[in-house]
This record gives sequence, structure tokens and C-alpha cells, in this order.
Amino acid sequence: MSKTDLTRRGLLKTSAIAGAGVALPTIFTASSAAAFTNEPTGDTVTLGFNVPQSGPYADEGADELRAYELAVEHLNGGGDGGMMNTFSSKVLEGAGILGKKVEYVTGDTQTKADAARASAKSMIEKDGAVMITGGSSSGVAVAVQALCQEAGVIFMAGLTHSNDTTGKDRKANGFRHFFNSYMSGAALAPVLANAYGTDRKAYHLTADYNWGYTTEEAVRASTEAMGWETVAAVKTPLTQTDFSSYIAPVLQSGADTLILNHYGGNMVNSLTNAVQFGLRDKQVNGKDFQIVVPLYSRLMAKGAGANVKGIFGSTNWHWSLQDEGSKAFVKSFGTKYGFPPSQAAHTCYVQAMLYADAVQRAGSFAPCAVAEALEGFEFDGMGNGKTLYRADDHQCFKDVLVVKGKENPESEFDLLEIVEVTPVDQVTYAPDHPQMGGAEASLGECNDGA
Amino acid sequence: MEAIILQVLNGLDKGSAYALIALGLTLIFGTLGVVNFAHGALFMIGAFCAVTLSRILTLSRTVVDETQTDFLGNPLEVQVPYVYDWFGQATGDAIIDWAVPLSILFAIPVMMLIGVIMERGLIKHFYNRPHADQILVTFGLAIVLQEIIKFYYGANPIPTPAPDAFRGSLDFGAMMGLDPNVVIYPYWRIIYFAFAAVIIGAVFAFLQFTTFGMVVRAGMADRETVQLLGINIDRRFTIMFGLAAAVAGLAGVMYTPINSPNYHMGMDFLVLSFVVVVVGGMGSLPGAVLAGFLLGILESFASMREVLEILPGINQIIIYLVAIIILLTRPRGLMGRKGVMED
Amino acid sequence: MLGLDKKDFRLLLIVLIITMLAPFILNPFPEGSGLAQFNAGYPDLMQRFVIFGIFAIGFNILFGLTGYLSFGHAAFLGVGSYAAIWMMKLVTLNVIPAIILGVIIAGLFALAVGFISLRRSGIYFSILTLAFAQMSYALAYSVLTPITGGETGLQIKSTDSPLLSNLADGEIGRANLFGMDMRAGFDISMGDWLFTINAGYYIAAVFMIIAFYLSIRIFRSPFGTMLRAVKSNQTRMYYTGLNARPYTLAAFVISGMYAGLAGGLLVAMDTQAGPERMFWTASGEVVLMTILGGAGTLIGPVLGSGAIKYMENILSKINKDILHEWFAFMPDGLEDFVITLVYPFIGKGWHLTLGLIFMAVVIFLPGGLVEGGQRIGRLLRGKKANPDDEKATQSTPAE
Repeated sequence: MSKTDLTRRGLLKTSAIAGAGVALPTIFTASSAAAFTNEPTGDTVTLGFNVPQSGPYADEGADELRAYELAVEHLNGGGDGGMMNTFSSKVLEGAGILGKKVEYVTGDTQTKADAARASAKSMIEKDGAVMITGGSSSGVAVAVQALCQEAGVIFMAGLTHSNDTTGKDRKANGFRHFFNSYMSGAALAPVLANAYGTDRKAYHLTADYNWGYTTEEAVRASTEAMGWETVAAVKTPLTQTDFSSYIAPVLQSGADTLILNHYGGNMVNSLTNAVQFGLRDKQVNGKDFQIVVPLYSRLMAKGAGANVKGIFGSTNWHWSLQDEGSKAFVKSFGTKYGFPPSQAAHTCYVQAMLYADAVQRAGSFAPCAVAEALEGFEFDGMGNGKTLYRADDHQCFKDVLVVKGKENPESEFDLLEIVEVTPVDQVTYAPDHPQMGGAEASLGECNDGA
Repeated sequence: MEAIILQVLNGLDKGSAYALIALGLTLIFGTLGVVNFAHGALFMIGAFCAVTLSRILTLSRTVVDETQTDFLGNPLEVQVPYVYDWFGQATGDAIIDWAVPLSILFAIPVMMLIGVIMERGLIKHFYNRPHADQILVTFGLAIVLQEIIKFYYGANPIPTPAPDAFRGSLDFGAMMGLDPNVVIYPYWRIIYFAFAAVIIGAVFAFLQFTTFGMVVRAGMADRETVQLLGINIDRRFTIMFGLAAAVAGLAGVMYTPINSPNYHMGMDFLVLSFVVVVVGGMGSLPGAVLAGFLLGILESFASMREVLEILPGINQIIIYLVAIIILLTRPRGLMGRKGVMED
Repeated sequence: MLGLDKKDFRLLLIVLIITMLAPFILNPFPEGSGLAQFNAGYPDLMQRFVIFGIFAIGFNILFGLTGYLSFGHAAFLGVGSYAAIWMMKLVTLNVIPAIILGVIIAGLFALAVGFISLRRSGIYFSILTLAFAQMSYALAYSVLTPITGGETGLQIKSTDSPLLSNLADGEIGRANLFGMDMRAGFDISMGDWLFTINAGYYIAAVFMIIAFYLSIRIFRSPFGTMLRAVKSNQTRMYYTGLNARPYTLAAFVISGMYAGLAGGLLVAMDTQAGPERMFWTASGEVVLMTILGGAGTLIGPVLGSGAIKYMENILSKINKDILHEWFAFMPDGLEDFVITLVYPFIGKGWHLTLGLIFMAVVIFLPGGLVEGGQRIGRLLRGKKANPDDEKATQSTPAE
């Protein structure tokens, strides 16, 4: 009984049709049936889009899903082709992947590791998905990545910013295009030093869970290297909605900069509260008080309204970028849906394209072959300039955007302006960097399943 | 010292939100004997009354401006609110700016109506059902209400700022002769506290000094006898439910400038407000208010850096820890009556 | 038989047959057909059905019999999961010791929580249990990260090498039962139909049958009668010289151990443990499962958990594309109209359907799904109510 239940529906479907009418059960043994988990044998291939559809990140999930639908359309030759036209690799021709029409199934992660794994498992076991992608939280990304590793399918992470995803929890079957805490810190620090000087006293409020820890660590390390002093770092519960009692004491501490290591609803509330307390109108140590939000999301920034004005942060991508890839993507997304895409949509679209391209180049859907094609892959034209999928940790290395809340937004989407594009060299680190799990972190062996 | 004053202020402010929600819950529980898990949803709907009103006030006609372009390079469509057309731009802006306070007027009738419909249409049939059934049906209703809001307004928080005049903060420290800039507190939060105090006072006065209130209090104590006296207690209970819904709704309206409302804000408050009600003692209005402020203040103190350095993580659990201690030392919470929801 | 009377034995037999044939029963629609979307016969969901069934059966022993409404039962499930995964990370990948440790740790935790919480009754008890569970959740998510893995939770990694295993360097350990992989299995294809037989599911199913059998025995034992007495009138019990506390505490610990068993099995089937399992919504979910199915009945909790898990996993996966496929036969305008009507209730709107079903069940079927089944049964038998039948499945409705 060393077979696995990770069924090969595609194969079985065709065999079932062939054997239609046969009353006796035909028993397939896994090892002889397929070379790898869910090998697509018909003329279609199924991808699994696992995004938050309920819970606080539902809007972000909806945007991810829009991007995936667009990507599928483009892969199958519909629409205007989007970034397929600007992508430096030209093997995709709009004829599906390896000639197979791309189909997809969707699931709801609920932004809970358990629910996300259940939904990913159902896509793998029931629908025969050969790749899982999406998500809007690092906890979910790490949990689903581990599942995909066990099941022998490829995981293309969606929005996940914690160092751990490609740091201490990296997996051979998992890939991340999105940037991470370390890169945010490394990109932000010089810009902050430039704008606010090198003798600032920072006060950190940190969401009390893994992503918060890695972000605080990264931002602290890089700002302290610039000469900043960290006055205090206070952890706030994830379930906190009113941050007044954390923000009120900030001025007293003698700090002149507040760094909010918060994301999503936490970020909206803590930033709103901080502005309410009038922190930004104050002067401390003879300097204007400043607030910094290391990870920006335009969708969430919208929730904070006018409070984001003038506040620095970093982001993976922004629709106002003027390179050919970004323009093509904004155009096809905007034409289809009527508004510009978010960074979550962008990273998901790119991940789907990169996967398709890797399969095409590898000539196989087998996870290990795909992984090999992605490892060390250099590409351009996907909106972030020259990008490398590093083989050591499956993390994309590319320029990082430092942005600032726009003072005079022209529309409800025009909330952030790009202050600086930090070149990739400045945010590159060694694969065994201590923040990334040190020398112990390893990808393990890639797993084909079956 | 300054830190302590600040956290007392924070506590009063948090406490007033807890107390307002707990007050509404207790009103419903005390009068109707119903455990209303949809109360958080009423708070959330109140907040969305403010969102809705500001959407109504900014209803716009679309003007195509050929000189500007949108992100796709098409001519920009500029939205001109109708209020500009009717009142001129300056007055129009002022009206839009004051959307949140104006929503109070909008929310009271809407919330009363929702409350009455809820009671007549659903809750009425559950007076004699087990509490577990009440919990299940109101929880189901809460999910339904929340999903409807999510369907129309999305899952993201929606910024609903206070009027310009109330932004910024008051320097308490300077007023009390301490260093300036140390004890500061936002105007809107001070207003929220005052508003809560007024509402709480009004509810108590209403129950204490009006005939209506007297009958309701009598009904809370002994429903059957009051009915035997020929008083139509049911209608009064319906009105009480409407009132409780309005209290929850107003708490929600006024809360919107503090935190941008989203569809699940009710659920976020639900569990906490139940803890508050129970710690106060089931069915006791003063208990609910007292517990609200007490837990608010303790929560604020637990989030101080100095405290967290000694007891890391205490801010995560303080409310529950205090609830356990209180319930173990005082069997029926702070001011609960014997025999209420003990079986 | 087996110490059961005829009715109970028949019920046990029915449950046994249904669980054993579940892979077939749950896949009624042929592969590739539009309705295949509604098939639930894949391993992960079948495992969840029986595991959450165990959880709800255990919860029902406390709530259905004694009327004590615990709002923190998910904490025991969570603690059981953490215990089980640590066992697998450190000692052995065999699932049995992991499950046993999960049950024991959850039982001990339940003993501590129950000892304190049972000093109060009614809603005061509910809030005490809720408080313990919320504290467990909050701490597991944050300051206990070194033990619990925090937000990310715990998985078995390539760096884990349990004492009693001989993994190759860098190999990721897998849960097994004396060498049999939990994911082992085979597919049976009959005509257009496809059925998946999975080892993990059958192991979990055996646990559920045993759990169900024990719960019948408890319901019918003098101990069960004593627990019902606690519910109907605790004061009277007290006056007759009986102290209810030891009985309720025993029931609390037993149901905590059931939760621990469910937690251990969850880890055995899918080697992952995370804090959201302990959040209050998870505790609320088991309450809802029990009431939805029919509190105080033997089979109700199992039905309730099945219904909720089915909606969570099947309804949420239906997206607009699938709707278009289904209604493609309609004329365009009508198709769009129907889809607009249906769309809010499926896919990302599955919570809405869940809420509506809760309300409908409580309003129209106060005894839960079990009552619905009985009503249908009575209709079929020509409205001749059989009082004997009532007794078999339905005891007094719970409060």
C-alpha cells in the first residue's frame, strides 16, 4: 500500500470514458498510472486559484482572482495578450500551455491556514489541479506551500511578504514573486535617511505574529544601520481594532518617528488612530514627527483615506509605473474591469504567466521539471524590470518601489506616488542570511508526487 | 503620571464603546430575555448608516472633462455631487464634511425600524425557545446581515472621517500645567465619550423617570404579573427592542471616524461585548456600564510598554483573565441578579 | 448486541454502513458532468466529515446531556493538535501515539478548565470557557510562537527527524500507521463514476464508529441518566444528597478528550496545526453543528457537522464560470438573470447561505436536522407516529 491517493483525474476521466459501460471496477494503481501528481492527459490542464474570498482580505482576493482570470484568458489566446507581449521569454503563444487549454478551479482560503489547506487539498484531490497559486497572507502561504510540497504539485505564492516564506520555511516546490520584509527594510532605510535625516528615534508598533516579527526585525536592522535609534518596539494583538492605547504613549517616549509594522485592517486602524492623535502635527527633538508604513497595499490604503498622505512605505508594484510591461498589464486589466489592478493582482498574474512559461520551456508539467526551469530564470518585461528567480531559495529578486501617500490624488485609485525605485542590488541578500533562517534553511528535495 | 492619565483617558474612550454595546445587549436581554447575537451586526449597520448617508450626500452626476485623462488615457469623468448644484460648492462641501454627525438623525429612525422589524418578524417567536435556539437564530441573522453589507460595500474598510472642525487633538497636559505635547487627546474621542455618557444617562433616565420606563422595569422583574394587570407589555417590549437597536446604531455611527468601518466590525465587538455583559452581571444595566469602563481601562493599562516588558502578551489576554477572576470571585458578575441565565 | 438494545444497534449499524460506503455515497454524480461539482467523495472532505463528526459527538455529550453550553471547546481540539504534531515531530511518525497523546493532553487541559469553569453555571460557565479558549488562541498566535509556530502553525519539516524513524537526510516525514501512509489508497472507476478509497479516511472512520458507539453507551448508561438529571433539575439532585459536580466534570473531560481525538486525527490526516483552530468562531462552529443537527440526539451532531463542512468546502468553490456552464442552455438574457440571482449565495457568498440555513432550521425545525428526518419519515409512514422510534434517536431537546 505505498500508493498515494492524489488522484490523476485527467487520466481516469479518459480511461473511464474508454471503459464506459464496463460494470466491473477497474482498479488503477497509482505508481503505474502517472509520472507525477495530477498529470494532465486530456487536452486541458487545471490550475487551482486559492484566494481569500471571505474574511477581511476578500477584496484583495477578488482582485487576485480577476488577475488569474485575465491570465487564463491571455494564455488561451483571448484578449490583447497583456504582459505576454512584453515578457522577455517568447515561448508562450496564446495556445494554452503545451497546447493544452488552461482551465481553473477556485477556492476560499478564508485567510486561515486550515481552511486554505482544505481548499487546496480539494483542488488537488478532487479537481486534479497541477499547480496551486494565490493567497493574501504569509501564514496561509507557508501552510499551503508545505502541503504542495507533500502532495507533489507546484505552489506559486500570491501576496506574502514575510521573510519565512522563502526564508526558514522555503520549499523546493514553492516559488515567490512578491518581495519580502528584508527587501522592504533595505529599500526604505536609505530613502528615510535621505528624507528625515540619520539621527531619528524610532518607535515600532508591531503586529504580534510571524510577519510582524520579520518586518520589525528587517526595518530595525536597516534603519539602525543608517544611524537611527530604536526607542521601543511594542507588540499589538492581531485582533486589536482600536490602537489608541498603543499610540498615546508614543510622544512621551521621546521618539520622533513611528513605524507601523501592520498590514491590512491593522494598518488602516493604527494609521488612522495615529493621525487622529495629531502625531503628524507635532514636533519632537526639533523635528517634525513622522510615520512610516513598511508595507503598503493600495487597496488597504484606500481604507485609511486621507491619512496616508505623505507617508512612506514600500510596495511590490504600482499601476502608475511607466515601463512597457506595466502599461500593457494596466491596459488589459483596466479595459476588462474598469479600474487599475492592485499589487496583489499584479503578482498573481505574473506568477501564473511565469508558471506557464516554465512549463512550456521545460516541455513538461512535472513539478521537478518546472522547478528546474524556474530556478535561476532571468526575465524582464513583467513590470518590475530585470528579475531573477533565485535557485537557492526560490525568491524573485527585482527592484523595489518606495512609495509615498499622494498629497493630491486625482482619483480614488491614485493614492500612492513612487518616490524611488530601489535597484535590485541594494535589496539582495545571501541565501543563508540570518533573517532568512540562516544556514539551516533548505529547500529540500523537489517532489513529483506519485 | 502622564502615562497613567493618558491610559485612563484611553480606557474611558474604549470603555464607552463597550458600555454602549453592552447596554443595548442588556436592554434586550433584560426586557425580552433574548440572547441577541445579532447585536454586533446592529452596531455595524449603524456604522454603515453613516457610510450610506455620506454616499447619498455625494451622489453625483458625471461630467466628462476632455482636458484630463484617466489611467487608461480616456477622457476623465469628473463626479459633481448634486449638493453642489443645489447649495453651491461651499455649502455642499460643508454638508458632505458633516456627514457623520448628520447620520445620527438618519440612523435613529432607520435603526428603530430595523429593530422593530427584527423583533416583530423574528425575535418575537423565540421568547419561549431555549437560549441555544435564540443564539443560533440571531447568529444566523448576524451572518446574513453582514454578508448583505459585504455584498454592497465590499470587504475593505471605508474611510468616514469626522468633520474638519473636530480633527486634531486637545492638549490636556498643557491645560493641567504639565509639559505640552505629552497628554494629548483627539477631539473626536472626547466627543465620543461625552456622547456615550449622554446616551447612557438618557436611557437610565428614561427607564427611571417615565411611566413607560417604569412599566418596562416592572416587566423585566415580573412579566406575568404586569400582563395580569392588563398592561400590553408586548408592545412596550417591541419599542424597547427598537430603542436598543438605535443605541447600538448610534454607537456605530459615532465610531466610524475612530476606525474605518468594515462589514465584520460587529463580529469583532460581539464576543468582547458579551464578556462585558456577563462580567457586569446578566440583566444588570449599571453592571454592563460599569464592566464596560472597567475592562476598557484595564485593557488600556495592559497595553503599556512598561507592563508588557514585565508580562509579555498580557495585552492579548487581559480582558479574559479579568473576566475569569471576576466570575470566580463574584458568582454573578459585578451586579448580576440571582437565577438569571444560570441554568 | 454489544450492550445495546435493538434500536440503538440498528442506528449504529446504519452509521457503520454509511461511513464504510461513504466514498460511493458521496460521489453520486459521474465525473465530468456538471453536477460533479457537488461530489464530496474526495479524501480530504470525507476525513473532515468524520473528524468534525467526532468533535460534535463529544460536544453533544456535554451539551446535549447536561445542558452546559461550552463556548471554548475548540481549545481542546487545538491543544490536541499541537500535542499530536509535537509527538510526530519528535518521537514517531506513527499516528497512534500522536493521537493518544492528543487525547491525553486535551483531557488534562479539559480537566483544568472544567474544574474552574464548572464552579459556575449557565452563561457564566459559557463565558468562562470562552475566556480560556480565547486566551489559548491569543497566546498561541503570539507569545507562544516558539512552541506553536504562531500564525504559520507547525508542520513536519525536512529538518525534523523523530526518534523512532529512519528518514533519509532531508526527507520530509509522513504520517503513517505502522508503515501505511495516510494518503495511500486507490481509485475505482465504474463506468463514468470514479470513487476514491483512502486509507486515512478509513482509519478516521473507524475512530468515529468507536466514538459513536461509546457515545451511545454513555447516553444509555446510569451515568448518562445522571447527566440528564443535572440538566433537568440540579437543585433537586442536590437536595437528594447528590453532588452534580463530579458528573458534569467527568462529562466535560470526556467531551474534551473527544475534541482532543478530533484534533489528533486532523494532524494525522494533514500534518499541520495552527492557532485559528482555537478561535472563538471554531468553538461557535461546533455549537452550531450540534444544534443544527439536533442537540441531545445521537446522530444529530454528525449530520450537523457534515452539513456545515459540506457547505464550507463545496459551495465556496462554485464560481461564476461554473454557473455559466450550468445555465448555458438558457437564452442569454435569462441566463444572466438567473446567474445574478444565484451568484450571491454561492462561491464567496457561501456564508450567506450558511446564515440563511441556520435561521431556517431553527425557525422551522426546532429539533434540528434530525427532526426534519423524523418528519419526513412520519410522512412516509402515513403520519403514524411511532413513539418507540422517537426514543431511539431523540431525547429531550436541549437547552
